Formats: sequence, structure tokens, C-alpha cells
Amino acid sequence: MSIDWTALGQVTAVSVGVTVAVVAVFTLGVLGLARVEGGRAEPAGPSVAGRAQAALCFLACAAVVAYGIYLIVPQFH
Amino acid sequence: MDHITFLVAVVIVTALAFDFTNGFHDTANAMATSIATGALKPRTAVLVSGALNLVGAFLSTEVAKTISGGIVDERLVSPGMIFAGLVGAILWNLLTWLVGLPSSSSHALFGGLIGAVWVGAGSHGVHFDKVVEKILIPAVASPVVAGVAALIATYLAYRFTARARQKPVAEGFRIGQIASASLVSLAHGTNDAQKTMGVITLTLISAGALGPDAGPPVWVIASAGLAIGLGTYLGGWRIIRTMGKGLTEIQSPQGFAAETASTTVILTSAHLGFALSTTQVASGSILGAGLGRRLAEVRWGVAGRMVIAWLVTLPAAALAGGLAASAVTHGGNAGTTVVALVGIALAAGIVVISRRNPVHAHNVNDTHEITLGAASPTDVRTAA
Repeated sequence: MSIDWTALGQVTAVSVGVTVAVVAVFTLGVLGLARVEGGRAEPAGPSVAGRAQAALCFLACAAVVAYGIYLIVPQFH
Repeated sequence: MDHITFLVAVVIVTALAFDFTNGFHDTANAMATSIATGALKPRTAVLVSGALNLVGAFLSTEVAKTISGGIVDERLVSPGMIFAGLVGAILWNLLTWLVGLPSSSSHALFGGLIGAVWVGAGSHGVHFDKVVEKILIPAVASPVVAGVAALIATYLAYRFTARARQKPVAEGFRIGQIASASLVSLAHGTNDAQKTMGVITLTLISAGALGPDAGPPVWVIASAGLAIGLGTYLGGWRIIRTMGKGLTEIQSPQGFAAETASTTVILTSAHLGFALSTTQVASGSILGAGLGRRLAEVRWGVAGRMVIAWLVTLPAAALAGGLAASAVTHGGNAGTTVVALVGIALAAGIVVISRRNPVHAHNVNDTHEITLGAASPTDVRTAA
């Protein structure tokens, strides 16, 4: 019996890295949305910036989801 | 179809029954945290998950070429042993469901097969080094990896949003949860329905109804997908309660972090050829998410019982599978019938006990405990 430490290490590094990155980016998107809602009483500045930030972050997350579906569905390979 | 003997027919029905218990045992993996945070209504969640399981079953063309991935010597496996192994796995799945413990359906299946082959063909039929390599190591590593990932992600999510307004933040994460939970369901469908398809296809091949190297016929794909989808839709509410409420109180950022961690671990390991249990990954993620939020209470008692269930799953299913195998090997068709009847009686008994204190879509989030016997005080209060 041999333990494949390299593969195990890879799974760990990739899993932790991807999870933290996705959640961090998504959190920034959610924060952007919160700024849009919070900025209504103020001038347009934070609202537009918030919207742009949210759109960018959610787009990045959507790309990751699309890649996830690509990995799950064998017909795409 | 004249190749299909009594035994083969029984194996197919039992395999579908196992697939069904696999479905409702594992609904919680994808949906428990979404249900707990209110991201999805309980009924909607199980419907989405069930439908994605069915879709997943049709998507997975690469059906498992082996039943066990080399854990048992498949030249020695007879349809009778497969049947006995399945009975052991089903009974263990039902028992853990009754007490609301998330245990691995794959471990139950492997355990049942190991027991059946051990009794039916002798201990040389079981490859113990493979058991360590394919089951033990992923079982220890995967929940830890998922837990660490979820812990860091949860910590960051709370750190970033500490000063933001909480309502839009919670709402945003709830929407994110729907996407991440759906991915877990889809991955589950492609993996787990496939196992049952493999079992049925190999049984048909060994009976001569299909040529060697044949793929699964459409009716096998459809029935396996439907069985796991229906099981998922029925919802293992007892396990959903334990995973969504029992381990820790989950909020939507934690739910999102946990589901993202589960999806990532499942996909990266599948990509690198690690077999692992979705259940253990999801439980590890939820624990990690509980630890990542300060002030979140983690119920270590529940976590401890869960770990014990993981340890016991394989030997317990092996014991049941071994007992069933000795009846099938020595008793022939009569023995098979007896095992089937005893199995049905035990399953019915478990369902009857669960009825005394049912958990369903309407009360799944009411409390965090699974009680047996008389209704708990909370239930009485809500009913009154």
C-alpha cells in the first residue's frame, strides 16, 4: 500500500485555494450590492461603483460555475 | 430476456431499492444548509435536487466498469453475493436514517459487498490493501480538507462583511447557495446513480443477458436515475435536520462557504481519481463553516456520534451482508427469498418506528434533535 502524498497535497491545495477565492470574490460582489442599496440616499457615485463591483465579481463566479459544470459533464470532455 | 432468472430479477429490484435509499440518505449533502438558512423552501430544495440527480444519471456515460473498484475480487462475485451485499447496505442506510446520522452510502455498499464476498468466497476474495487505499485514506482526508477550506472561507466572508448592512448580505449569500447546492446535486447524480447502474449492468452481463463490455441499456439508466431522484425528492428529512441544524446553526454565508467547499473537494478529487464519500465531505464542510464563524456553537456531541457512525458503517454493513450471504449461499432460491422477506420486514419495522416521531418538510427546521419514541416537547407545543 502506498499513499500518494502528491495527489493528496494537490487536492488539498486546489480545494482550499479555489474555495477561498470563490467565496472571497462572491463576498466582494455581495458587498457591492450592499453598497448599491445603502447608497441610494447619497450621490450616484458609490451606487455605480457598487453595481460595477457586483457585476464583475458575479461574472467571475459564474465563470467558475460554468467550469464546474464542464468538469461534471463527461460529454464536454 | 429469458436469461433473467429469479435471482437476477431480485438483484435488480434490490439494487434499485438501494439506489432509492442512497437518494434520500444523501439529499442532505446538497440541500441541508440551503434548507436551514431558508435559501430554498424544503419542498423546492428536494425537487431541484431530485431533478438534478436524474439529469446527472443521464449525463454520466462513463458507467463504473467495476462494482467495487477492485476492493473485492470480482471474478468470485456471484449475483447472490451482490444481492446479500445490497441487503446489508440498505438496512444500514435505513438504520442510520432512523437516528438521523449522515453516513456514507458508498461505504455501506462496499461494506455489504465485502461481507458477502468474505462469507461467500472466503477472505482471499477481499483485497484489504485496496480497502485502506480506496476507503480509509479518502475517508480521513476528505472531510478534513473540506473542513479547512470551509473554515477559512467562512472566516473571510464574515471578516469582509463585518461592517456592511446585514440584510442585503444575507440575501446575496442565499442566492449564491442555490447555485452551489445545485452543483453538489448534479455531481451527486453523475456519481451515485452510476454505481447502481454498474451493479445492474454487471449482474446482467454475468447472467448472459448482455454481452461482455456492454454499456447499460437505456432502461437501466432511466430506472436508476428515477430511483435515486425519487429517493432524493422524498427527502431524508431526519438527516437534513442533523446536517442543517444539528451540527451547528448555519447562516447563509456559512452555507455558501460550506457548499462551495464541498463542490470543490468533490470535483478536484474526482479529477485526480480519488473516490470519496459525498456525505463525509459535506459534513466536514459544515463543521468547518461552524468553526469559521466566531460565536457559532458547534455541537461536538453530534459530530462525535457522526464520526462513530462513519467508523461503524463499513463493518456493520459487512456483518449484515455476510449474514445474508450465508443464507443465500446455503439456501439457494429459498434462502434468497427468506433474506428478502427478513430484509423487507426489518425495513418496514424501521419505517414504523420513524413514524412515531416523523420529521418532514414542515418541521425539519423546528429543532436540532432527532428523537425516537414519543413526540418531543417542542413538537407538542407547535401542534397545540
